[in-house]
This record gives sequence, structure tokens and C-alpha cells, in this order.
Amino acid sequence: MTTTTTASWRGVSSEDQDELPEKVSVLLRERSRRLLGALLRPYRKKIGLLVAIVVVSNAAGLSIPFLVSIGIDEGIPPITSGSGPAVLLTVVGVILAAAITQALTRRAFLTLSGQIGQGTLLELRRRVFDHFQRLSLSFHEQYTSGRVISRLTSDIEAIAELLQSGFDALVKAVLTMAGTAVLLLVLDVHLGLLALVPLPFLLLFTRWFRTQSAIVYRRTRETVALVIVHFVESMTGIRAVQAFRREPRNQEIFEQLNDDYRGANARSMQLGATFMTGIKLIGNLTIGGVLLYGGWLALQDEVKVGVLAAFLLYLRQFYEPMQEVSQFYNTLQSAGAALEKLSGVLEEEPSVPEPREPARLPDGRARGKVRFEGVRFAYVEEMPILPRLDLTVPAGQTVALVGATGAGKTTLAKLISRFYDPTDGRVLLDGVDLRTLDEPALRAAVVMVTQENFLFSGTVADNIRFGRPDATDREVREAAKAIGAHEFVSSLPDGYDTEVGKRGGRMSAGQRQLVAFARAFLADPAVLILDEATSSLDVPSERLVQRALRTILADRTALIIAHRLSTVEIADRVLVMDRGEIVEDGPPDRLIAASGRYAGLHQAWLESLS
Amino acid sequence: MPPDTHIPQRPLLSSNSLWRMKSYLRPYVVRLVFIWLAAIVGIAAGIALPLISEKVIDGPVAHGDSGALLPLGLLAIGVGVVEALLILLRRWAQVKPVLGLETAIRDDLYEHLQRLPMGFHGDWQSGQLLSRATTDLSTIRRFLGFGMLFLVMNILQLITVTVLLLNKYWPLGLLVLASAVPIVWLSLRFEKRYIKTSRQVQDEQGDLATLVEESALGIRTIKAFGRRHYVFDRYDEGALKVYGTSMDKARLLARFFAFLEIIPNITLALVLLLGALAVGTGSLTLGALVAFTTLMLQLVWPIASLGYILAMAQEAMTSADRLMEVMDTVPAIEGGTRTIDGPRGHLRFEGVGFRFHDSEEPVLRDVWLDVRPGETVAIVGATGSGKTTLTALVPRLIDPTEGRVTIDGYDVRDLELTSLRSVVATAFEEPTLFSMSVRENLTLGRLDATDEELAEAIQTAQAMFVYDLPWGLDTRIGEQGLSLSGGQRQRLALARAVLSHPRILVLDDTLSALDVETEALVEEALRHVLRDATGIVVAHRASTVLLADKVALLRGGTITHVGQHHELLAQVPEYRELLAQDADFDDAAEGALR
Repeated sequence: MTTTTTASWRGVSSEDQDELPEKVSVLLRERSRRLLGALLRPYRKKIGLLVAIVVVSNAAGLSIPFLVSIGIDEGIPPITSGSGPAVLLTVVGVILAAAITQALTRRAFLTLSGQIGQGTLLELRRRVFDHFQRLSLSFHEQYTSGRVISRLTSDIEAIAELLQSGFDALVKAVLTMAGTAVLLLVLDVHLGLLALVPLPFLLLFTRWFRTQSAIVYRRTRETVALVIVHFVESMTGIRAVQAFRREPRNQEIFEQLNDDYRGANARSMQLGATFMTGIKLIGNLTIGGVLLYGGWLALQDEVKVGVLAAFLLYLRQFYEPMQEVSQFYNTLQSAGAALEKLSGVLEEEPSVPEPREPARLPDGRARGKVRFEGVRFAYVEEMPILPRLDLTVPAGQTVALVGATGAGKTTLAKLISRFYDPTDGRVLLDGVDLRTLDEPALRAAVVMVTQENFLFSGTVADNIRFGRPDATDREVREAAKAIGAHEFVSSLPDGYDTEVGKRGGRMSAGQRQLVAFARAFLADPAVLILDEATSSLDVPSERLVQRALRTILADRTALIIAHRLSTVEIADRVLVMDRGEIVEDGPPDRLIAASGRYAGLHQAWLESLS
Repeated sequence: MPPDTHIPQRPLLSSNSLWRMKSYLRPYVVRLVFIWLAAIVGIAAGIALPLISEKVIDGPVAHGDSGALLPLGLLAIGVGVVEALLILLRRWAQVKPVLGLETAIRDDLYEHLQRLPMGFHGDWQSGQLLSRATTDLSTIRRFLGFGMLFLVMNILQLITVTVLLLNKYWPLGLLVLASAVPIVWLSLRFEKRYIKTSRQVQDEQGDLATLVEESALGIRTIKAFGRRHYVFDRYDEGALKVYGTSMDKARLLARFFAFLEIIPNITLALVLLLGALAVGTGSLTLGALVAFTTLMLQLVWPIASLGYILAMAQEAMTSADRLMEVMDTVPAIEGGTRTIDGPRGHLRFEGVGFRFHDSEEPVLRDVWLDVRPGETVAIVGATGSGKTTLTALVPRLIDPTEGRVTIDGYDVRDLELTSLRSVVATAFEEPTLFSMSVRENLTLGRLDATDEELAEAIQTAQAMFVYDLPWGLDTRIGEQGLSLSGGQRQRLALARAVLSHPRILVLDDTLSALDVETEALVEEALRHVLRDATGIVVAHRASTVLLADKVALLRGGTITHVGQHHELLAQVPEYRELLAQDADFDDAAEGALR
């Protein structure tokens, strides 16, 4: 168990939602089964074929020791009696045929199961990725990117792992055991029954191992997760670690976590050792017993030597697969848990659904008139962010939103770009409810630029072109020029073809923001929303962008949210928001002249500049 | 980029790196000897069982001697029990050295990484380091713990059984030996191709993971532009690649396993044929034939796994190389020996220059700046002018490539690192929060801070919101806990810096994410703190500059002007350009340009 000191530095948090369900069971829950069924349905015929192949393959494999026993019992006497090796040769021929059959069917089995497995995996990847992309922003904000990433990487890999290493072993183990049991009984009922006496113990023992292993496995996962989190955070935050002389304390914590992990691993290894030994012991005892009893029967001539030999060969085969199954039991478990989580994600409904029959904008192209009609919005029902909002923004107007943190400015912006749907009322674009517009139509009309300027791997040009994938190189350049980004992009090592590297690489926050602006400009929307979009620019760059904005915003509707009032100056109209309501509304000059809140804010801002 | 993709192909057993790990096994020598003994005796017991079966068939059964049956049967059971027990003992004994090795190396790696300077961490992504601490380390553990043992055991078993078979009836023994040749040859060849394909799958999965990461982190951008299909197509292309290579891998495996099983079966058929003929002519007993077939089947696994284990050895060596690549990096920044007692906080930059090792252009050149005890200097400069680099030089997160930085006349490189870093505290622009309680995050630099001091620092940074968190100061924050807004994070970083009561306080644009009102409150409180301490304040806004006694303008990597805010505003056009934000000026400038 985690020691108390560990708990206290970590602090308290609500339970991780990623925890495995209380009773980790191989038996899949309903929704996992449904998902699995849906994924496997296209392969129904192939699976049927696979079953046939696997039965033939195992029958061929299992027949070999039996044939050996026949060879010994029936093939040798004719030779000793001088009547020639005809029987023996036949038996050997059959063995060879069985061996070849087994090899061929086994190859077919592995190829076919690979096809089904990898095909299923591909489909699962596609489904989950696509579904995540469909899910609304509200989902992503709650679910966090870290969990999205682990669903699509480690969870999928857990299932892949099972398909690659475990599935084959499981099928083989089950069929071998069943086949062997039948054969033993056919070969000799008495000896067969004796050989199968340990079976109930074996099953009980395996059950015990399964429960234990579930506990141990979970513990290992928990401890290693803590080690990884601490490691990664220390390395990504190394600047703060070193600047604040955190190293000794970090080392102390790390060693403790590492030791917890060691403990969990030790238990896992000990459990594995005990299980392996148990299986081996049961197997060896059975062999000893069969030898003793079989020898006795052979003495009485009630059983032939060949049969005894076959028994000894089969018993080895009987117990070996059990060990393999125990090896991959963890894989099976984590795949089950992964499937459970993935099926959970796939059952999430997008809270901003696509319309079934999309409406069309009046002229086929947006003009940019935005209207809020009695809009109410709340994350939590009792605490609405916007209690009731009515607002009309004529096409082409530039509106600045001003107000303290939490006044509802960003929520308003997110409603226009339909990252969220209003709880009540409706938001209209050119008189059409946003909920009835399909994604391509909406996104072509409304684009939002935030302070978070994500750059994708690829060149600078690729990133600008993200705004309109079919734009030519010239259009990309024009967009950069219009926004004032051309100069810095040209100064990069390979100009527009410079790879931006992982997450923006060595570009500064300001430069990334300029690329994001160019991207939005290239998209050429009728409604452009800027949410704190100039906050990481230094003053000269911001001035440049502002100058560009005057031309860019001339023929489109714009909504600007900014802390710095310098950005607001270019607006036709200012809305001052407070607790979700618009408290002042008018052209900036008139608001400054009046003695309201905006006038006060403006005054304070002027003073801060002096 | 770290030279990571390079995988040295070394001949077996010459890997220095892996051999160097042996010192970690030293504490377990006695245990290791026991493990090896147990393994060898275990093999002997495993081989003994079929031999006893032979005796049973050739002795009691052949001669109708029921008296000898019981002792032999009991012996078989006894040997079986011993074999199982030995496995148990060996495996239990293995736990300690194997995990001890892994844990100790991981601790050492972590310690070493914490000592390596920012320069190193800038070049290496944390994921690269993590894969060394987890994947590579467990590869090494698997090989040193199991692989090596199996390698030797398998070879031993192979030799013993082959000798036994040759001894029993040499023509059959020779046949079995010959059948091993194609298996070994094919295993080796297969492993080579298999590793290549596996690596390719891994690489392609890595590329796919990058796409996943981007799709998750950039979700707002994707949604804002409605580029769902575009992103999906990119992902699908990657997923199809993984599918193709995985299928290659599956086909390769299918061919190999089919082959692996057919050879022993064919050999078995031949053994039966020749063995039966030999029994017919009397040159082999019936029991011996039975034993022969059993023993032969015992050889299949050791032979087949040989290729696998050799591949494991190869991988362990590569992992060891990757690990040692990090462990052998000498920390470029090591502390000196001096300590400062009663520091006054007189900070000087004397002709300081800095250049990244992979770049021609210097970030800083010939910087001279004198900050007297208790004085606060604002650093003003355009994006990319080297402000953050300048501040990182003070606590030696990086070292200057020219000139020196002194505190109270001591070169910072002569000071003990802990001593230096307790004199200087920095609040960074992008605050780093760890998945720990608020308290632990705040007391990062001073574990012994009292509750009063904590409350005071929280007050100064206007971070009172922490008391409203679900569990107050004990609430876990950061990536694995509650997420906070940019402004909240900055205020915590500020409280953290203030809490350590530094003589020199560095604020690297710490207030950028705060709204105007909070900023004013924080500035008011900071004035008190900066009255006693020496301060360096990186500023973008005029309001922040006003915290300082004087301003230094950083242009093109060097300090061009030092003076009062008003003086610079009046006299230096570049300064005005950076800090004057009002629209009148903007229009005037525009007018002047026309």
C-alpha cells in the first residue's frame, strides 16, 4: 500500500475516472461485447473458416503422438517377426502427412487470424479517432487531451498486444487441452481417468491465480503510473526543479515511488513463480502416477507400451499450454479493460450534434448577421453563465467585448462558433439557427482564433493552408503578407517550407500567433472571432496586426475579446459584459464620453500607460 | 535532436554498456550462485524423468518384474517434486536481484537527470528519457534476469540431451542433431527480419501517436476550422501504414511458426522409422525408443527459443547503449565550493555573452548591468531579444559562454549550487505546476515554510483562490489533478518564488496572464517584497515597468540603454515603440511614416 507520506505530497483529488472497474473481470461487460460483435461482424465467414482450420490443425497436431504409439505397438511386431516394415512405413507416412497438414493449416490460421485481428484493430482505430473528433469541445475540455491520447495509443496497443501474442496461445491452449483429454480417454479409459484426476485441482488453482493476478496487476499499473507521472513532470519542469533546489526532495519521492513499483512487481513475479511451479508440480505428479499405474497395467498386459509412451507424450502437451496462458493473462486483462474504456468513449453522444437535414443559408453564402434570441447558457443548471441574452450584430460590424474574467465573453464567442449549444433560446446566422447548419457550412462561415495557437507538424505553409486546404502557394503568401507575418516567415531557414517541429518548435508564442492569424485570414470567414488572440504578441507586432485587422475586418463581421483596450479601439461597437449580461452597448467614443464602466476602464488603462 | 535513431550493430558479448551494469548485481552474488545451481539441477531433474520411464518400460514391464515398478515410480514422483520445487526456489530467489538491479539503475538515472542542466533537457524530449527509464530498463531487466539464464540453460540442456541421445543410439542422435541445424539457421534469419519489421511497426506507431497527440491538443483549432475530415485522412493514412506492416509481421510469424513445428514432427517420424527398425534388429530397446522420442520433444523449445533469446540479448545491448548515452553525459553545470553567508544581493553582469551550442548567432553579447542590493531593474525588449536567457543566467540554469555573472562579487560559478539557488528565486512566465498538493507546489524551494509564511506569500500573489479549492491547500493540482487557469497558475508561481524569501527575485513576465484589476493588486503587494530584495523584472507593459527603480533596454542581444522609465520614453524611440501603446501614438507614427 502507498505510504502516508506519499499520499500527503500528492494532495487530494477526486478519484481518477480511468481506474479499472472494481471487479476486474475477463468477462466483458455488455457494451464491450456489443463493440466486439460490431467489429467482428464483417469477418463472420472468415471466422467460420478459421474455426474449421484450427480444428483440422489441432487434430493433425494431436494425432502425431497417437500415431507414434501405433507405430510402436503395431509397426514393431511385424518387423521382429520378419514380415517386413509395411505397417511401420504406412504409419510413418501418415505421420508425415499429419505434420505437413498441421504446418500448412497452422500457417493459414496465423495468417487469417492476423488478417482478422489487424483489420479489427484498424477499424477500431478509425472509429475511435473519428468519434473523438466528432465529440464536442465540452467533452474534450472535461476528458482532457491526456486521456484522449492514452485511449488512442496505449489502450489500442493493449488490444493489439492481445491479438498478437495472446490470442493464438489461448486458442491453442484450449483446443489442445480439450483434444488431449478426449484422446487420453479414447486411448485408455482407466489411465485416461487417472491422468485427468488433477484437472479439477488445476482449474481451482487457475481460478485462484486469476483473482490474485487481477489484484497484483492493478497494483503494478497504479504504481508504475505514479513513477511515470513523477518522472515526466520532473523532466518537463526541470527548470523549476533546479531553480528551487527541489532535487533532494524529488529524489526522495521518486525512490519511494520506484520502491512501491518494485514491491508490486515482486509480488507479481512471486505469484507467477508460484503458479508455474504449481502447474509443473501437478504435471510431474501426474506423469509419475501414470508411469506407476500404466507400468502396472502394462505388466498385466492390459495396456500396450506404445499407449504408455503416447500418454507420456500427451501429458507434456497437456500442461505446457497452461503455463503460456498464465504468461499472457495480464495481456488479456489489460485488453479487456482497454476495450471497456474504448466502448465507453464510443457510447458518448456529441453534445453538439450534426443536424439530420441541414438547412441552407439564404444566398448559399453567409453574409454575417448574428443574432442571439433569448439565449440562456449554463454549465451547471443553477449557475447560468448567460441568464438571458438578446443581441443583434449586423453583417460587417466589428464588435468588441469587454468585461472582467468570468463575465461570459468567451462563452458568448463559443456559442457563435457553436462549440456549445445554448441551454435555451437560439443563435442565428443570417436568420438560420446554427443547430440546423451542417459542419462544412458553419465552419466556412464562422472561424474563431484563440490565444492557444496550435501548430501541426508540417511546414509553415501547411499550417497556414490549414485554413483552406485547397489554397495555392500564392494565396498562402498573400494571407501571410496581409497579416504582417510574411517578413518573419521569410527569415526562417527554409521560409514557408520550414518544418515547425513538435508543437511549434523554436517559434516564439508571438510568431505562432501570427501564423494562426494568417490561417484564419486565408479561411476567409464571414464571421471572425478573436478571443484574446493578440495577447502573446509584443507591442510592435500587435500594432502590426491591428493595422492589418482594419483592412481584414472591413467587409466581415468580427467579435473581438481583449484585455488590452488598444485592441478595442478599432471596433465599431463595444459591449461591456458583467455576469452574463450586456450592461453597456455603443460606439467606443460615445461610451468614453458617457461616464459608465467603459469610461472608467478606459481611464484606468490610459493611466497604466503613462 | 538526440542521436537516438542510431542503433549500433555490435557483435555479441562485446557490448561494453551492458557489461557495465554488472556492478548493480554485486550485492546479490550469493543469490545468483544459488540461482544458477538450482537451474542446473532443475535441468538434470527434467532430463531424468524420461530416463526413468525408459527404465520402467525396459525393466519391470519387459521382464514382468512388479517389485521394481514401485521404487521406480516413486523415484519418478520424487524427481518431479524436486524439479518443481527447484523452479519455485529459483524463481523466488530471482525476484530480488532482478528487481533490485532495475530499481537501482532507475534511481541513479533519475538522480543523474536531475543534475543535468537545462541545455541537456532542451535537446531531449521527456518522452525519450522516459522510454529509457521504462522500456529500455525492462528490456535489460528481462535479459539479465531471465534471458541470460535461459541462454545458458538452453545450451546446457541442448548439449546434455544431445550427448545422451548420441550415447544411447548414435545414428538417431546424429539425426536429431542434424535436424537442429535448419531450426537454428532459420531462427537467426527470422529474428533479423522480425526485429526489422517490429521496429518499423514501432516507428509507424510512433508517427501515428504524434498525429493522435496533435489531434487531441489541437482540437480547438480543428473544430474552429471544421477540419475533422482533413485530420481523419491524415490519421487514416498512418493507420493503414501500421496495418500493412503489421500484416507483414503476421505473415512472417505464420511462416516461421509453421516451419518451426514441422521440423520436429518430421524428425519424430524419422526417429520412429529408424528406431522401430533398430528395435526390430535388436540394436535398440523398446524403452529406449520411448525415452528417445520424449527427450527429443524436450529439445524443440530450447532450440527454437535460441534465436529469440539471442535477439533479446541484442535488444538488451542496444538498450544499455541508449541508457549509457544519458548516464555518460557529464553535467555541464556543476556547483563550486563557496557559500554566501548573509548575502546582500549585489548582482552584476560583466561582459556576458551567450550562444546556443548549435547556433552561430549569439543570443546575448557583451551585456553589462549592475544591480545594487535592494534595487529593482526592469528588462524591456522585443520578443526574442534574449530576456529570458538573461534571467536564466542568474541561478545558473545556463552558463554564459562569455563574461561572468557575479553576486556580491563572487562569480556564480564559484558558488555551491544550493547556496546560489537559495539566494535567487525565479517566477517563470510559463509556470510549472506538478501533480501534487497546492502546498507542496508552493513550498517547492522551502519545505520548512510555516503556515503564516505560506499565507503571506499567497496574499502577496493574490492567490487566495486556493482556499476555495475543494480540499484547500491539500488539493492536488497539475496535469493529474485540478486544472487551473493561466492567471491562477502564474499567481501560484509567483507565490512560490516569494515564499522562498530570496535576496534576488527574478520575475520573468510573470503577470502577463492576469486581468488588469488583479495585476494592480499583485503589483501593489510586490512593491513591498521588492523593497527588501534585489529584483529583475522582465516586462512587456508599462505598468509592470513601474515596479522597477530603473529600466534596461535589451536590443539585439545587448543592453543599449539604462535609465528611468520617463527618460527612456522621452529619449529612446525604440523604447517608445515597445512600451507606448496608445492609439494616438500609433496614428501619429503612421502619419509620420506617410
